[in-house]
Amino acid sequence: MLTTEIFDLLKAKFPRIAKEEGTSAVIIPKELLLEFGRFIKDAPLIFDDLHCVTAIDKKEKIDLVYIFYSNPLQHSLTLKIYLGPEDPKVESLAAIWKSANWLERETYDLFGVTFLNHPDPRRILNPYDWKGYPLRKNYSAPNFIAKPKL
Amino acid sequence: MADLDIKEKKDIFTEEFLINMGPQHPSTHGVLSLELKLDGEMVLECTPHIGYLHRSFEKLAENRTYTQFIPFTDRLDYVASMNNNLGYCMAVENLLKLDITDRAKYIRVIVAELNRIASHLIAIGTFAQDLGAFATPLFYCFREREKIVDIFNEICGNRLTYNYIRIGGVQSDLPKGIEEKIKNFIKYMRSKIDEYDWLLTYNVIFLARAKNIGLLRKDIAINYSVTGPNLRASGVKRDLRKDRPYLVYDKFEFNVPVGVNGDAWDRYKVRIEEMRQSLKIVEQALGSLPQGDPTVKTGRVHKPAAGEAYFRTENPRGELGFYIVSDGSAYPYRLKIRAPSFSNLAVLPELIKDAKIADIVCISGSLDILMGEIDR
Repeated sequence: MLTTEIFDLLKAKFPRIAKEEGTSAVIIPKELLLEFGRFIKDAPLIFDDLHCVTAIDKKEKIDLVYIFYSNPLQHSLTLKIYLGPEDPKVESLAAIWKSANWLERETYDLFGVTFLNHPDPRRILNPYDWKGYPLRKNYSAPNFIAKPKL
Repeated sequence: MADLDIKEKKDIFTEEFLINMGPQHPSTHGVLSLELKLDGEMVLECTPHIGYLHRSFEKLAENRTYTQFIPFTDRLDYVASMNNNLGYCMAVENLLKLDITDRAKYIRVIVAELNRIASHLIAIGTFAQDLGAFATPLFYCFREREKIVDIFNEICGNRLTYNYIRIGGVQSDLPKGIEEKIKNFIKYMRSKIDEYDWLLTYNVIFLARAKNIGLLRKDIAINYSVTGPNLRASGVKRDLRKDRPYLVYDKFEFNVPVGVNGDAWDRYKVRIEEMRQSLKIVEQALGSLPQGDPTVKTGRVHKPAAGEAYFRTENPRGELGFYIVSDGSAYPYRLKIRAPSFSNLAVLPELIKDAKIADIVCISGSLDILMGEIDR
């Protein structure tokens, strides 16, 4: 299915979603996430593969990004949720896609996004007792010296 | 026996116990630590601990220009550097909306497929080593890999971290006479793959050790977002080179081998077949290699317009994705690496559960994980 067709189908079901300017991503409010996840997992869209979860720190907000892929229909979807930078919280998708378990742990580890009802909410790449969230823009590592900008 | 003082039957009992496998274990292919909960010989639970090789590439990328980051991609999946260079450069070219020349596309296909063979050779060699076929298959595989590494050495001057594919093309054109060498290698390699079949694939001991071990069902594999040969071994025909052809893959004829059961042997067998298909692709690419300039002249500093791009390529280990966000400056605002091994390792606890402790090495070896790209 084409991206526009997918969007029209989703818009009919969830009137509150929107398209992001400049990209083909779909933006949903964070309360909708679980319901939205269950809907796109089943027919007619069959997004059976949660391919990638990540975040972008835009200082005034944090963009949470999910990339889905459908094996039978071979189409993909980029989903975004805008979160506030102070103590961002969102429901976990690990009950629907098992791959979300590690991908969400990584996002928590590097960005400090808390996933509610996550089966294993620990850090994954950094040591378990690490302080701070390294990929936040306001994070400063103890011995990090930035290269001079060109 | 007298001092044991066993009065009743309830005094004799078995106990679950925890052991740590790794991070220095030789068969964990790097620094992977598995915390195993055992009941005798059976594994009840497995918790992987990763991050021992975490070098924070994603943070470092924010302080490097787009070109400066290419050598870092070499160190992600260090046995398939060409494929990593390719994935990154294509993501940046997507962001820049830069078209490259036909010759560059063909050269990229040739080096990427040769590197796929080299990577699969290590995968099957170490897998056989993990099963206890000590040294012989590994040395055979390294003998063949050496020929590919020599070809790469001639092409770009490096033997492991190539840094050959650049934004806008490749570092330099193919040297004179290398086509002949690659053609000779294809002929040589074909006979050697037949030799592997004879030596290893249908070997009774090998079959007994790898058949019906670590069964990965199709739906579980998809749910864990497993990709690459591991997914295809479970019977899912998904290959980006066919489904969403990039470069010039749509011009070549090749099959996508798939497995039947999704056991360790199938995962091995898919890799063997993929090497044959890669040889086929390289042969066709060499036959129709266009003349011309392999590089587009671009500046050293690239400043893509603000926006984002996500690009996936089919790596030897699965689908490697680069998610790049640009804010219009010479540095990526955010660079996310979606490493295939990361998701492939996440399924390991599922496979190891209720397996025998002796099969752990077989299962993790057949998944062909690489810690360099998991920890990043």
